[in-house]
Amino acid sequence: MGKWNSAALHPRETQFMSIPVLHVPLRRRVTNRKVTVASCIGAAVLLAIVVVAGQLLAGQAVTADFSAKSLMPSADHLFGTDWMGRDMLARTFAGLSTSVLIGLLAACVSALIALAIAAIAALGGKRADAVVTWFVDLFMGIPHIVMLILISYALGKGVVGVTVAVSLTHWPSLTRVLRAEILQCRESQFVAHAQKLGQSRLRIALTHMVPYVLPQFIVGLVLLFPHAIMHEAAITFLGFGLPPDIPAIGIILSESMSYLSAGMWWLALFPGLALVLTVMLFDVVGSNLRRILDPHSSQE
Amino acid sequence: MARFILKHIVRLALLLFAVSVIAFLLISLSPVDPVQANVGQAAWTSMSEAKRAQLAEYWGVDVPIWQRYVNWLTSTLQGDLGTSLRYNAPVADVISWRAGNTLLLMAVAWVVSGVLGFTLGIVAGVKRGSIVDKVVKAYCFVLAATPTFWLGLLFLMVFAVALGWFPIGFSTPIGKAAADVTLLDVAHHMVLPAITLSVVGVAQIALHTREKTIDVMESDYVRFARARGMGTWEAVRRHGLRNLALPAITLQFASISEIFGGSVLVEQVFSYPGLGQAAVTAALGGDAALLVAIAVVSSAFVFGGNLVANILYGMIDPRIRRGEAARG
Amino acid sequence: MLEDGKRERAHDHTQAESHHHHTHAKTSHHVRGHHLLQVSNLSVGFRMYDPDASFFSAEQRMSYVIDDLSISVHAGEIVAVVGASGSGKTLLADSIMGLFEPNAEVRGELWFDGELMDQASLAGVRGHGISLVPQSVSHLDPLMRVGKQVEGFGSAGSAAERRARRRELFERYGLGDEATVLYPHELSGGMARRVLLCCALMDDPKLIIADEPTPGLDLDLAVKALADFRSFADAGGGVMLITHDIELALRVADRIAVFKDGAIVEETAVANFATPDTLEHPFSKALWHALPEHGFSVEGDVSAGGDAPC
Repeated sequence: MGKWNSAALHPRETQFMSIPVLHVPLRRRVTNRKVTVASCIGAAVLLAIVVVAGQLLAGQAVTADFSAKSLMPSADHLFGTDWMGRDMLARTFAGLSTSVLIGLLAACVSALIALAIAAIAALGGKRADAVVTWFVDLFMGIPHIVMLILISYALGKGVVGVTVAVSLTHWPSLTRVLRAEILQCRESQFVAHAQKLGQSRLRIALTHMVPYVLPQFIVGLVLLFPHAIMHEAAITFLGFGLPPDIPAIGIILSESMSYLSAGMWWLALFPGLALVLTVMLFDVVGSNLRRILDPHSSQE
Repeated sequence: MARFILKHIVRLALLLFAVSVIAFLLISLSPVDPVQANVGQAAWTSMSEAKRAQLAEYWGVDVPIWQRYVNWLTSTLQGDLGTSLRYNAPVADVISWRAGNTLLLMAVAWVVSGVLGFTLGIVAGVKRGSIVDKVVKAYCFVLAATPTFWLGLLFLMVFAVALGWFPIGFSTPIGKAAADVTLLDVAHHMVLPAITLSVVGVAQIALHTREKTIDVMESDYVRFARARGMGTWEAVRRHGLRNLALPAITLQFASISEIFGGSVLVEQVFSYPGLGQAAVTAALGGDAALLVAIAVVSSAFVFGGNLVANILYGMIDPRIRRGEAARG
Repeated sequence: MLEDGKRERAHDHTQAESHHHHTHAKTSHHVRGHHLLQVSNLSVGFRMYDPDASFFSAEQRMSYVIDDLSISVHAGEIVAVVGASGSGKTLLADSIMGLFEPNAEVRGELWFDGELMDQASLAGVRGHGISLVPQSVSHLDPLMRVGKQVEGFGSAGSAAERRARRRELFERYGLGDEATVLYPHELSGGMARRVLLCCALMDDPKLIIADEPTPGLDLDLAVKALADFRSFADAGGGVMLITHDIELALRVADRIAVFKDGAIVEETAVANFATPDTLEHPFSKALWHALPEHGFSVEGDVSAGGDAPC
């Protein structure tokens, strides 16, 4: 390398450009964590808007207007009206709001159940673990929908029946995840060191285990929302759960079935589409949250 | 191997027993009194006194629950599942005919979604980051958020109502005697429900296979195969397929629970006379005997599926097969 | 320097003579006037989040695991690439085989047997000139019997010819016929090593790239295991032996390439490791001092190379 070379330009730079390229990296969307956080927050805000709008429109959703029956979607009624002249846009938002709130509540309860059972399994010794694993297998074996039907039947249908049913049926898979996570943490080096240092069990649990398991728990909880909401809608659609005067997505869609053959497609299309979008928004929040919190995928 | 299978069968029996206890318990908890709820039903009015007595023995509020369960279990083990009040027929008859319908529907959806999902997953995984991959991922993402029953409604609106290609309901044409029903009739009525179930089912197996394919493509053995001069697709064919098939088959067997759940909804949408529709009718109408039986039978499907998956795994994977043999 | 590879002077270099930034061993030959393998200015980079930026504003940027690396392998010799575990040596092997990670950016010149390679021609010599001997049994399909895997599915030769060749190789390396029906997980460590070598030799290569081929063996056993590579080199082949074990490298190799921070800092004849004075780079000197017979001293310039091999 001549002296003049290094004075003119960094020698590495000039040389680098002349080296043949053997492989070009796959072009990927350049994202940074800001974008991930932003889409997470954006989706959460949209969901909040849906819930609030739904609550505000609840009155309108049940107001019948017999002068505007069975209207196609138009500027006045974006989603059309039903056979009683109720505005489908208002009904859709109100229904979504109900479904989302019940889903959120049920998913939270389910996640807490999962956490408690997972902790018992992972920390309660071999026998407790075997019992829990067996029960998880058992609950996974009864088809989800059948279990939902049985529980809401046992509780005599109604809002309580649906909420409890959804709450009691969504813990098994998260329990498995959390149990594995807690076990891994308990057997890890840092907990062993803490024990050697003579820290109390409570201190170990609070300072080492909780921070370790919490991200998984939060991500698991958020990813439960879409399932809970979809199952709430399904069980309501089948006719369990909510009374027909409460607009819930399941009820709206179930009612629409009688009018499909009459060609009133908008009764089913828009509410269902809105449900799909809502569930996808929850998925966006959950998967972005995982990208932020889960070290395994933090380079993506 | 025989011991392996026996162990699993004992486990299956235990789980089914537990399911029956849970189902029975939940149904007994219900404020709906099956006897009262069905007093007006044809089945009740035409029932003999003896039958009414038996009904009270199983479900009457006056008898303690454990005794009712023992009664139910005893006669069930003797092959008598009781009478369905809603269908006015022995539960065994109602279930066996409907289980056939449901199994047919599920089997078609199971195979179609399995094959389609497996193929899409492999293509997407091998061509990771390409347009194909993005389309498959988007499809799975949207379908995972789509309720089965709404998709069914959409298909019903488009293909049955608007286009008129398919009937709106029932597994056979109404008013046709059972003997006259042709295979074509059955197929015609099953197409939409089966497509709905398949389309939803594809998402899970495709995403899972995609992930596994990416793992396999990055695995040491595929890299080594390629280092020995094998092309990408040849490596997939020779080494990928056999390693991907095992987890896919396991997942597909494990997803029977979800396919059954889907079929409950789809049967409701398409008025397809299967177990799912009967379960809804039974639960809405307080037909306790039928409901318990369906809970047990549908769980048997799921556990049976898991059992088959475990046994298949043991037979196919040499790491397990030879391990079992070595242990005696 | 770029043209040098093409019109190489057709003479044998003497022991320890310096050329192309490397010194030669007795066994190093320039057959037909060129190196068997010459790698110049190889870089492999990945997109990563910038570790220096704050968590949320971090942008992805290129980070080079292999950075401007050059190395040569002559016919008839074993070159040991010595570097710390996990420092990217396997990536070097993969790059020479033309197996690039989808998200990697790879630049550099690869000459094999006098030809400048690109992605397509690299694919052509994989298994047809260059063969890999991988590290462990995980490089075999767990669900396929060993015999079939060694035979492979290559287009060269009929199935019967490949079976005959496999039999011959198994015999030469003391693998019984019963080994053919085993699954990879049923192989013992020693068998697995020989099976993997047979895979490479099936294709009758000119160059073998061996990536840590003796994991978990103690030095004497490892040296014994590498006798097969010695005989392959003596028959005129070239071997690039990738290892973290400098002692092993000094025992079996003809030349040592010291790998540090993604580059070869010194490529020299084993003879030059006799004393630190004949070593040029401070890191090589540090390696010398860290050898057991030199008292594991870390006096040398270890600050220049914090990640000395373990």
